[in-house]
Amino acid sequence: METKALGDGVVYTETVVYSAPEAFLQDAPYQLAIIEFSDASRVTGRILGERVTISDRVSFVEYRQGIPFFRKTA
Amino acid sequence: MRQVAVVGIGKTPFGAFLERDLRSLAVEALQKCLEDARVQPSQVEAFYLGNFAGPSFVGQNHLAPYVSAAAGITGVPATRVEAACASSGSAFFHAYSAVAAGLYDIVLVAGVEKMTSQATPRVAEILASAGDLCGEIKAGGTFPALFAMIARRHMHEYGTTREQLAAVAVKNHENGFLNPYAHMRKRITLQQALAGKPVADPLTVYDCSLVSDGAAAALLMPVERAWDFTSKPLARVLGIAQTSDHVALDQKASITTFPAVRLAAEKAYKMAGVGPGDIEFAEVHDCFTIAEIVAIEDLGFVRKGEGGPFSAAGCSARTGTKPVNASGGLKSKGHPVGATGVAQICDVVMQIRGEAGDLQLARHSLGLAQNLGGSGATGVVTILGAA
Repeated sequence: METKALGDGVVYTETVVYSAPEAFLQDAPYQLAIIEFSDASRVTGRILGERVTISDRVSFVEYRQGIPFFRKTA
Repeated sequence: MRQVAVVGIGKTPFGAFLERDLRSLAVEALQKCLEDARVQPSQVEAFYLGNFAGPSFVGQNHLAPYVSAAAGITGVPATRVEAACASSGSAFFHAYSAVAAGLYDIVLVAGVEKMTSQATPRVAEILASAGDLCGEIKAGGTFPALFAMIARRHMHEYGTTREQLAAVAVKNHENGFLNPYAHMRKRITLQQALAGKPVADPLTVYDCSLVSDGAAAALLMPVERAWDFTSKPLARVLGIAQTSDHVALDQKASITTFPAVRLAAEKAYKMAGVGPGDIEFAEVHDCFTIAEIVAIEDLGFVRKGEGGPFSAAGCSARTGTKPVNASGGLKSKGHPVGATGVAQICDVVMQIRGEAGDLQLARHSLGLAQNLGGSGATGVVTILGAA
């Protein structure tokens, strides 16, 4: 399982998922986003707290069960 | 390479058929196709079956001989092809290749999916297995969520609007209303489409294709043998290509275009000796409304970013300059995943033959089918023309 800390990044795209898969029913609605890092690499993760939009800066928070979580940079 | 024609087609209606099983759907399409082509089961030299997830949806594996033997076809290679939602587009590509290369003369290709035997959350989970389970899906992605992220980015880069997405749904429902084979024969208004229940922002239920059961089949042979069997107008395969790309959305350089589709289109146009402006009508892979907008851009029907305004202006309607998804598309006709690619071919052939009934287009001698696997990891483009 990936545990390497990720850096801060920028929201490349995002969606709020209302119709969730069985494993995440209790989380819905939740925000899913593709985050782009300074080296142009991207990762798909989840957003904690305030909703984000494209081009917002986000900071890596932690991995939860292998899923990278991010939060809007204050 | 030999010239190849589609001399037979057969489809089941698409819908939620609780009493039907996968095999009976496939056999119905095969028998209709053989009858249409006036070919006996014993004359078939090879069989290709497109199916995405029969083993997950209904528990059955070893599907190609399971289906073909029930239609009276044994003693020949029977092969299942899986390429997510492009499974039977890919099966058609391989069937075409075998005939064009001279391996066989008479080849039957079909697609089938039986989806409604599972509850919706399980269907979503099975569909999600066409994405990257180690990344986007593990994080909570679903196919509507992946295409919602494509839509958001397309809106950001090109100013595409919710209304333009909804216009695609309204147009495809208008067409499907007239299609006796369609799953959801229901007209909808722009207001209804905009006010639909949210699935993954900005997509509502009206932006999403349907969970359907169904099957479709086509029979291929070299053009020079076709007249021994049929007196119907021939649909000749003028150009065809299948290409591939990364499975995960976050690995693609851009998500507002599908390089696999662009490349497949480029190759198919070159092979056919035609350009996007020559294509009279098309069946494209509208698994979500945004996918139709991206498809008409990738196919070169419009410039990049102009797919939304083109759709909202009615240019892709049956009476427009470039009719797209006259059948109702995946949106209204239904999307039994593994059947979709060959069903698109059947719809193009019906137009070329002048057998499309209420859906018949004014210009119908050169058509294109575009089948997409997952979020763009497989692209198949086929150009068919009146022989």
